[in-house]
Amino acid sequence: MSMPFYVSPEQVMADKAEYARKGIARGKSSVTLEYDAGVLLMAENPSTLSKIGEIYDRVAFAGVGKFSEFDQLRKVGVRYADVKGYGYSREDVRAKALANAYSQAVGDIFTRELKPLEVEMLVAEVGDDNLAGHEKNAIYRVQFDGSISDHEGFCVIGGAAEELNNFLTSAYQVGLPLGEAARLGRSALQRAADGEPRVPPENLEVCLLERARPGRKFNRLSTEQVKELLGE
Amino acid sequence: MRALDGERGGGQLRFGGRYSGSSFSELLDVDYAHLRPDMGRFSERDWKALSIPHGTTVLSFKFRDGVVMAGDRLATEGHRVASRDIQKVYATDGHSFVAIAGAAGPAIEMAKLLRVELEHYEKIEGESLELEGKANKLSQMIRQNLPMAMQGMVVVPLFAGYDLRRNAGRLWKYDVTGGRYEETEFEATGSGGLYASESLKKAYEPSLSRADSLRIAVQALTDAADEDRATGGVDLERGIYPNISFATKLGIERASDTEMDEVYRDIMARRRNGSGAPR
Repeated sequence: MSMPFYVSPEQVMADKAEYARKGIARGKSSVTLEYDAGVLLMAENPSTLSKIGEIYDRVAFAGVGKFSEFDQLRKVGVRYADVKGYGYSREDVRAKALANAYSQAVGDIFTRELKPLEVEMLVAEVGDDNLAGHEKNAIYRVQFDGSISDHEGFCVIGGAAEELNNFLTSAYQVGLPLGEAARLGRSALQRAADGEPRVPPENLEVCLLERARPGRKFNRLSTEQVKELLGE
Repeated sequence: MRALDGERGGGQLRFGGRYSGSSFSELLDVDYAHLRPDMGRFSERDWKALSIPHGTTVLSFKFRDGVVMAGDRLATEGHRVASRDIQKVYATDGHSFVAIAGAAGPAIEMAKLLRVELEHYEKIEGESLELEGKANKLSQMIRQNLPMAMQGMVVVPLFAGYDLRRNAGRLWKYDVTGGRYEETEFEATGSGGLYASESLKKAYEPSLSRADSLRIAVQALTDAADEDRATGGVDLERGIYPNISFATKLGIERASDTEMDEVYRDIMARRRNGSGAPR
């Protein structure tokens, strides 16, 4: 019987983390910003396959990295939310619980499976003025190893996340109107687009969680609407 | 993604589950059976002996800009009033709605499930079902209810909506077996459905405006309430008005109580002074 080579747990984790980071860095980043009337989710995405999706009335999802993996996680999130909302009430579906569930599932895969998920996810929730205790927006980021963090104002996920989060720390202001938030989001994405001077509106996927919209607050913007928003 | 497939968190979280399609009701059947009690197993029970609230008259017809759906607000348990202000018209998504008649409990649950079903499909697939597909889904739900229907828990809804591909309003009626029949003009169902139909027949034209549509809808419900004791009509004393909604290209819009109040008072005034013939 042959003995397997001993590899220290530290080494295994470091290798997996490096593998996941490399995979995520190959893709483009995604920016989420709070604006005065909701939450704006934005991704550089020239394809028709969506990186941003609706989860529930007030909750949206954004993913970066390997499409097949984060899209499956998005669907799992929709199932989780719909079952919860059907079994309890629509108000019981919250971003926090979902982000925690993601964190558990992704973290589990990171430790147990040979191949970690090459994804990073963001779960955003827009506040509801008519729901006492739920007035504030919430943004959660879940990384490939299951680590979870909450963010106020803005959050970038993807390969250039650190650099862009630094950029937004200095450039972001509370209470931006939608148009300005969209321009700020694009200028952040442009920094990540290597060598490209500007990201054309056709290559932007923009979705909103609109505070004032009744019922389902998710709204995907068409290219025309994005152009109008950016003032082009 | 194997680790996502198993049960985890002691069955509490069940992040993932076994089902991977885009139908919510199938998801419940496969992974969350406890949320779908199989009422068929109570089939030995005679439901008629139990007193269960029933919803009564609902109607739908096409008009110039789309389709109208209307329902009275009364639910009865035998000869008793169960509720005076039950809701019978439910928006199932941005351009479609369902009106329920029959056993109120299963009917309301069916409307709720249909709404989640359509929404779920839209979110998973990234695009919404065709109107025909939505109508067909409701057929299947009614068919699943058949064992209950055999015991008297009959659910016979109307489904209607604005078909964005064909640019037209469309409506369907159903029978207890899930049989689905597309109607070209109008349809009414429930205990006062016959009277409502008769009233609509006299006043109906395909080119009705929104205002005229509202008028004949209120009129038909008033006539049904007049002849059928289980239909509510307008209750001025308590300020309870029917549910009347319009589906057009722009989406779903509900008629306000103020509008219905005006229309109803006008209809009654005309009837009193002898000029009460329909329109």
